[in-house]
Amino acid sequence: MIESIFKGGRKYWLLISGLLVLIVVGLIAYLRQWDQGLTITGLSRDVSWGLYIANFTFFVGVAASAVMLIIPYYLHNEKEFRKIIILGEFLAVSAVIVSITFVVVDLGQPARVFNMLLYPSPSSILFWDLIVLTVYLLLNIIIGWVTLDAEYKEIEPPKWIKPLIIISIPWAISIHTVTAFIYAGLGARPFWLTALLAPRFLASAFASGPALLILLALLMKKWGGFDPGNQSINKVAKIVAYATIATVFFLLLEIFTVFYSQVPDAMSHFQYLLFGLDCYYSLVPWMWTSIILACSSIVLLVIPRTHTNQNILAIACAVVFVSIWIDKGLGLIVPGFIPTPTGEIFEYMPTLLESLIVLGVWAMGGLIITLLYKVVLSVRREMAD
Amino acid sequence: MNLERRTFLKLATLSLLALAAKPAFDLLARPEIARALGLSPENRKRLAMVVDLKACTADTGCTDCIAACHKVHNVPDIGSRKEEIKWIREASYDQAFPEQENKFVKEAIRDRNVLLLCNHCDNPPCVRVCPTQATWRREDGIVMMDYHRCIGCRYCMAACPYGSRSFNWRDPRPYIKDIDLSYPERTRGVVEKCNFCDERLAEGKPPACVEACKSGALTFGEMMPGTDVYGLVSTNYTVRRKPELGTQPQVYYLV
Repeated sequence: MIESIFKGGRKYWLLISGLLVLIVVGLIAYLRQWDQGLTITGLSRDVSWGLYIANFTFFVGVAASAVMLIIPYYLHNEKEFRKIIILGEFLAVSAVIVSITFVVVDLGQPARVFNMLLYPSPSSILFWDLIVLTVYLLLNIIIGWVTLDAEYKEIEPPKWIKPLIIISIPWAISIHTVTAFIYAGLGARPFWLTALLAPRFLASAFASGPALLILLALLMKKWGGFDPGNQSINKVAKIVAYATIATVFFLLLEIFTVFYSQVPDAMSHFQYLLFGLDCYYSLVPWMWTSIILACSSIVLLVIPRTHTNQNILAIACAVVFVSIWIDKGLGLIVPGFIPTPTGEIFEYMPTLLESLIVLGVWAMGGLIITLLYKVVLSVRREMAD
Repeated sequence: MNLERRTFLKLATLSLLALAAKPAFDLLARPEIARALGLSPENRKRLAMVVDLKACTADTGCTDCIAACHKVHNVPDIGSRKEEIKWIREASYDQAFPEQENKFVKEAIRDRNVLLLCNHCDNPPCVRVCPTQATWRREDGIVMMDYHRCIGCRYCMAACPYGSRSFNWRDPRPYIKDIDLSYPERTRGVVEKCNFCDERLAEGKPPACVEACKSGALTFGEMMPGTDVYGLVSTNYTVRRKPELGTQPQVYYLV
């Protein structure tokens, strides 16, 4: 199966080389960071986590969302998911690799990363996150590859794979819950100190992940002759719709609690995020863009006439993805540090090098997903012949 | 393959052990049992500091303690707010004690500069979150840093409610005026903070800031009956920074 990644048309090679260029650019930018330290980023003593950690969080969510295809197919016997379930598993593989890469890129001493294994620290949530992410990665590689291999050989998948698939369901929930616990357990940061953080993470993950999946499936339908089946796309679109509604609802819950209670510690962060604080408002336009995008995507996704039209559906999914990337990428990590525990404000602005590194890691994820989906396409094509 | 399985089994066993160890820890944490076993904090040497804000002359521009600390610990002067490294710093009263906000408080108090340093908490969140145990709490309460084990993930900086930790965003060496060879310099990419001068305590010397202070605003010692710090804290009304977070900070302020 794997040999098919070396055979492809012009468009395929264009895509591959485009991604490789971005990866090389990102790598050059990273070498600069390796040489000079994290000073090349916009991070500071006050805002000590930024774009890297935000992207890590976002992509853990994308990885977890594969479960939204596994559950209907394996637990509710929704047969139409059969064709696209492999896309979800391979998307999870790529997204976990991307998220772990973002953690490593964020380290001040990346060469010492294995200290986390040499000195296992059960009291640290980061330690548990590394464990659940690694296991989830292995689960999805094994499940995806074994089921595709069985399809290729036109045999039933081996029986031992079924328990692994069942385990992968709660495991997917666990990766994003543990990731939320990294933040939700910090008394120092009232912005994150809420039990709603894990449900909020899961809701936004189940909106952004399946939205990306629909986009990828539609792209492959257009360019690769892949048939995801209209019914399955419609069902995934429903998941995106409800998850986006839940995401907005959870955000409103947070907003009510902090603004009605008026406890300054918690309120100041949301003030900074939504309205600006003491003349500092660099995140305000972003956050309102995200909210407006989320609300308009909900309209497109709940009206039957628009969400059954695949062109409009594609736009709605792109809007959901961008909205949640802003919400989780910019609106979740940075305001946790603004204002600081001493009530000071020091803003964060990512640098060009930092952004190029982020783009490079994204391209790496894109490359992995392209290669894996290429294998899927060629298996399906051979079966059709 | 064998090795991988071994490592996996090791980790799995460790995880299970950690789960099983929880009830045992809870049992030991019960005060009567802890006291009987001699584990109770009251029976142990516990280092603390008292900052007398009335005596402190920070308002007159005195920075003796900061200069002394930063000199003996090779703390670089990066010269930018973005990347500054501070073991001791000054802040306004409102910044130090935001929960004490009260616009009618005397200007003499509100405009006062307050010295901030690591609180060497009894229940330190930074130690809890560190994924490599590069920061840990000593028996005597000092929260220590291992600059050679730190991977630079900065989880401790997110967890510290006091902003006591700094990160070496760049190589600090060019920014150190005269290097003191008796204390290690740091490399870029690691976190650092006040260590209550554990290296000086080991030689029987007081912390550098305490030694440098001419106004007698800083008192340091073991928190047990008969010592100066105990006397100040037990007979005066003192405040601590954000005690409501349950971190049990060990720097006390006489207001």
